Amino acid sequence: MGQLFAVELIYRGIFQKTLAKNITRGIVLAAHEEGKRGISFGRYSDSPERNGIPAKSFAIVATDEETLQLGMAHYEPDQVDITVVLDDTLCKGIESWAWDGVRPVNRATKPGGTLIVTSTQSADELLKLIHRREQPYKLGIVKGIASSSGMWVYKNDHTDVRVLGAIAKALPELVSQKSVEAYIKNKLKDELKVTSARTAYDRFTAVEVKPGQGNPEKLPHYELLKWEDMALGVAIKGQPQGGPYEDPATKKLGGFRPVRNDKFQKYTTRTDRPVVNFQTCTKCTLCWLNCPDGSFDVTPDGTYEANLAACCGCGICEAICPVKNCITMVNESQFHDNESQWLSFKKDKGGYLEWLEATIASAPKESERTHGFRYRGQYQEQVPQALEIAQKS
Amino acid sequence: MATLTVPVTEQKKTYEQEALITGAEAIAVACKLANVDVVTAYPIRPYDTVMQYMSQLVADGEMDCEFIVAESENSQFEIVKHASACGARVFCGSSGIGWMYAMEVLTVTPSLRIPMVALVGNRALDDPGAFGVEHNDALAVRDLGWNLVWVDTAQEALDTALICYRFAEDRRIFVPVALSCDGAFLTHSQALVNIPTLEQVKKFLPRYDRGDLLLHPDNVISVAPQCNEDWVMEIRRQNYEVTERACNVLKEVYADFERVFGRKYGNPFFEEYMTDDAEIVLFGMGTLSTPVQVAVRRLRAQGKKVGFVRLRWFRPFAGAEIAKALDHFRAIAVIDRDLCLGSPDLSGVVATELRSAMYTHAKTRPPVLDFIGGLGGREVTVADVEKIVEITFQAARGKPQPLTQWIGLRG
Repeated sequence: MGQLFAVELIYRGIFQKTLAKNITRGIVLAAHEEGKRGISFGRYSDSPERNGIPAKSFAIVATDEETLQLGMAHYEPDQVDITVVLDDTLCKGIESWAWDGVRPVNRATKPGGTLIVTSTQSADELLKLIHRREQPYKLGIVKGIASSSGMWVYKNDHTDVRVLGAIAKALPELVSQKSVEAYIKNKLKDELKVTSARTAYDRFTAVEVKPGQGNPEKLPHYELLKWEDMALGVAIKGQPQGGPYEDPATKKLGGFRPVRNDKFQKYTTRTDRPVVNFQTCTKCTLCWLNCPDGSFDVTPDGTYEANLAACCGCGICEAICPVKNCITMVNESQFHDNESQWLSFKKDKGGYLEWLEATIASAPKESERTHGFRYRGQYQEQVPQALEIAQKS
Repeated sequence: MATLTVPVTEQKKTYEQEALITGAEAIAVACKLANVDVVTAYPIRPYDTVMQYMSQLVADGEMDCEFIVAESENSQFEIVKHASACGARVFCGSSGIGWMYAMEVLTVTPSLRIPMVALVGNRALDDPGAFGVEHNDALAVRDLGWNLVWVDTAQEALDTALICYRFAEDRRIFVPVALSCDGAFLTHSQALVNIPTLEQVKKFLPRYDRGDLLLHPDNVISVAPQCNEDWVMEIRRQNYEVTERACNVLKEVYADFERVFGRKYGNPFFEEYMTDDAEIVLFGMGTLSTPVQVAVRRLRAQGKKVGFVRLRWFRPFAGAEIAKALDHFRAIAVIDRDLCLGSPDLSGVVATELRSAMYTHAKTRPPVLDFIGGLGGREVTVADVEKIVEITFQAARGKPQPLTQWIGLRG
């Protein structure tokens, strides 16, 4: 029996779909340069056409056809040699569009396998987000901002070949750097990309992550029902309507919080989250009315709070809010929990407002906010930033 | 999956290029090589991979055809039906409920002798809304004169698409063919595929010539008038005749395919895997051959004599040949990725069909057990197959087993 390898790419729906596909295809074709055979495919239960949805793409490679068949006998591999995360905000956990709960990004990484993240953060910072587990693994970073390379409106920033170079360094048995370069030369026909892949190969290092190191958060586990325990007629029980909730200061009930489906936590879709200034909120209701996911709770004060277990991070609330800096979208990597902002505001108003000022300082200037969409010229603006990151690393 | 029937070194001489493409994309490439004239599309997963890729080929100037995005599956199949009557080589396809929405057109296509080739990206029928593979969508037309073929690999998908055109457009038959690909496992997995040259395809596939059935101002005919009981039975008898003839035409086409392209598919109707000295065999269609072949190899290593027969053509169902190939085994286990609710012994479609063929043609009557599994895209795992084999060996040793069982079910 020959050798069998599996690589998974975790990416954000639509923006990174082509990038992920290009990388898994690149793995198979580069390995084919050295005589290996492989397949490349996306996880079928995903919906990668949807904005920001966490999704997966795979490459299965083997030294011979019979071993490859062994890898193909199971559609989605339980264990992979390498996990690549193409957006560091995904490190908080991912949930597929048709899946049963949030899962850690390192769930399928083999013991001793490598987790590669494209990020500008350090390994220590990322380990605050990545869940801890029993088995050790390696963590390596390909320096860069979350790329949409390969998408038609976004120019190619070489993230595809840089990741391939990193993979060749992490697991040369899967594919050698020589084969990666041969693939780029023969198929992509781009000498500059060869250089990018080689530079990424030379620079890539990975640190050991010990058992128990990482984010201590415990993710819920869901039991799937047996057929005889399920309701008849494809009917599922709805959620109760919801109602008022308690003000921690006065202990009185007020406001309104709908009951939400705790088995479908869409927040893994989020790359930015709204930070609300409850002091300046005029209770105009616009955010509550316009939120496409109904993720705002009416607090007992009558202000509006984005419930972070339900918010997808689309940014419509920020766009629609008429008060300056009352709702500000801030990059998700700054936060380590989904706790209620309103509760911490009620506990310590001064402290909360101080935290708010510091937190929203990192957000883009009001004139540059894109509300989830890229704006014309953004790529050109990001080139110097990307160059600086590349030179530093 | 992707077991090569010809060594790679030999193939290099014959094939133009190798590409990393999905099963659906392989069919789009076959359509390009077959120089299809009219393509109609309407999106539904998993069939849509083929229309996306084909529209890209058209946009890139690699393929020249009328690419019509219809407003529903019903229109989609209606348009190609008419185009084919006018002498155009046509392609369309759908999945699951989309295929069912075209049902009105699907029923009339065989009696009009339209050589349509359609891809069915197999998908569970709603409800519940699901994307995964189940074979009941394509099987819904099994009694209507449609020919149904299931393939296993992207390479076989490309080859079979070419075979389908040659077969469907044979003047002795003129029949529609539905080429089935398991959703996800085949439609969405990119594998290395050898793409034949245009010269080879031209040699294999002659021009579609509808002869005196051509709907054209120079050939004045009227197609499908209303008629009464004086006519219907005779028309049905014509379709009956053609399905009888189809098996022999298929054999010819496969023999020619081997001659032109050099790839051997052996028996057109089914593929045997490690059956030579087998005591029991598994029987099924589509991509489940991947876990089954892995399990068979593993069990063989333990000394268990197991084989596998993968059915390719469900219609025409080569009953006598299949029964002859199976009747010397001590027990047969069918894996049905479909349901046939209310059928005798509540078995699946394939098992019910096989038992019927065995009753008539088999010299001995080994027990035919049925295992319902892999519905809605669930994987048939290697462990599932090993369990099936264990139960089947019990039956082979004379210990009666339930005729239908569910495998891989929670509960």
